[in-house]
Amino acid sequence: MIRYIASRLMQMLPVLFLVSVAVFSMTLLLPGDPTLSMLGENASLADRVALRERLGLDLPLPVQYLRWAQNVVEGDFGRSLRNGEPVSEMLLQRVPATTQLAIMAIILAILIGVPCGIIAALNRNSFGDVAATSVGMFAMAMPSFWLAMLLVMMFSIHLRWLPPSGYVPFLRDPMDSLRLMLLPAVTLGTILAGLILRQTRTSMLSVLSADYVRTARAKGMSERRTILRHALRNALIPIVTVVGLQMGALLGGAAITESIFSIPGLGQMVVDGIFNRDFPAVQGAILVIVTSILFLNLVIDIAYSWIDKRVLR
Amino acid sequence: METLGSAPRWRLALTALLHHRLGAFGLCVCALVVFTALLAPWIAPYDPSVSDYEAILSPPSLTHWLGTDDLGRDILSRIVWGTQVSLQVSLIAVSGAIVLGSVVGMISGYAGGWIDDAIMRVIDAMLAFPTLILALGIVAVLGPTLVNAMIAITIVNIPNFARLVRAQVLSIRHMDFVSAARGLGASRVRIMFRHIWPSVIGNVLVYGSLTASTALITESSLSFLGLGAQPPTPSWGSMLSSGMQYWDAWWMSVFPGVALFSVVLALNFVGDGLRDVLDARITE
Repeated sequence: MIRYIASRLMQMLPVLFLVSVAVFSMTLLLPGDPTLSMLGENASLADRVALRERLGLDLPLPVQYLRWAQNVVEGDFGRSLRNGEPVSEMLLQRVPATTQLAIMAIILAILIGVPCGIIAALNRNSFGDVAATSVGMFAMAMPSFWLAMLLVMMFSIHLRWLPPSGYVPFLRDPMDSLRLMLLPAVTLGTILAGLILRQTRTSMLSVLSADYVRTARAKGMSERRTILRHALRNALIPIVTVVGLQMGALLGGAAITESIFSIPGLGQMVVDGIFNRDFPAVQGAILVIVTSILFLNLVIDIAYSWIDKRVLR
Repeated sequence: METLGSAPRWRLALTALLHHRLGAFGLCVCALVVFTALLAPWIAPYDPSVSDYEAILSPPSLTHWLGTDDLGRDILSRIVWGTQVSLQVSLIAVSGAIVLGSVVGMISGYAGGWIDDAIMRVIDAMLAFPTLILALGIVAVLGPTLVNAMIAITIVNIPNFARLVRAQVLSIRHMDFVSAARGLGASRVRIMFRHIWPSVIGNVLVYGSLTASTALITESSLSFLGLGAQPPTPSWGSMLSSGMQYWDAWWMSVFPGVALFSVVLALNFVGDGLRDVLDARITE
């Protein structure tokens, strides 16, 4: 197991290096001289040269990259061009909101997708199966920002059950936080719920016709026990894979969901940073999002190898 | 041999798709979108960028079937013209990704060795970025315009096509017909594009139809955030974005969304249908 984890970490390193190079290159690809945008159009040449030296922009690119990477590893992502605040502090303030949103979206998606998928598989070709499969198909085709708008119109504007936007940290007021986060979590979790529903149905159908399920039934085991103990347990493996593969899409989707519901998370930090041309903020947020996805995938791979020992061979 | 029959095979696949219930339905909706985009100047009842200041935020009526927006522009006309943006994104951005991704995948799979390793590491790094985040990063650098959004959508989709094509090339590069071409003295480029490419294109096109729907969602997401098509270009994403300012004018939020959702659903039906049809043919 340790050898497997070590080999997966070694595979991740070159990817992490290339990701960091790509994020670092973002500012280099920007048109125009950064000193002009920082000092203004009327800055003297001497001031600009001095700033270039101070920022290290006169150094060769590999040296600039190494300095930047060293700072990032030490937790220094630079300062926001907008308000001068350290980007690392902005990131620390924003990670909890995105984490809460992602966790709530995954929980909702599993709570909806898995039972509906099981019911659809157990009643194959029935009205319930067709209805569940169709809902799943619609969920996967639903643009998340449109779903968000429909949910706000229905539950906030017309029924007035839930607030249309806002954020309260979970530790400050759990109930209010959950209430504010419900619509965003449904928005973000709907596509994932559709995918989980489809995957659960397919896995359950293949598992239900397997020999060991037939044997369990032949031994007189109750249907409920057969499904929960034998079928669902094995069907869960591909479902875990789907959830793992969708982590990227989930954190990407958070950018739009957070913007709509005014949630101060990492996704909103990227979008706001683009509008304000605050590139240290954009770089920091993108780097944290992508690195989290790489590490989450690593954790899921390790969990997967623990569930299914064949992966280690 | 696959290289000989790619065109008739496609005709057979299309015929089979027309017999696939959801696939045929999806194909009809897509055909309707293509016709609407092409005939937009004649179909649209009003000029999409002309404001009628006496009909600002009017609900659906006989004059304006789907109502008007905050500037008094006819929503139906804007949706009709918006099909052009959707079609451009689906066709140009996805075709670009297909061509570039296929070339990269072909070179990677056929060359092997360190070239393959180097290309695959770059692809892995690109795949580590969530699609929308990578697209946002590219638009941040290039600037927010529809063309840049399309470039971003092309770039974010290259890795998937490259991986798909590479996997296919690896499985067929040692087949007899490739060895025969090599034996006859065909150049590497000729073997790749003349002999291997026709065997790969089927799966690439199926994946392309599925990618078209995600490309459309990515474009509308960028436009919704104000980073794609810019005003007054009628894009469904930006129309929905302005709908968010006027919750009482529900028609501004509902109708462009219905159009977007229907086309995404139709493209998914076509992709799923094509996959079913081709899978069935492979199984046969």
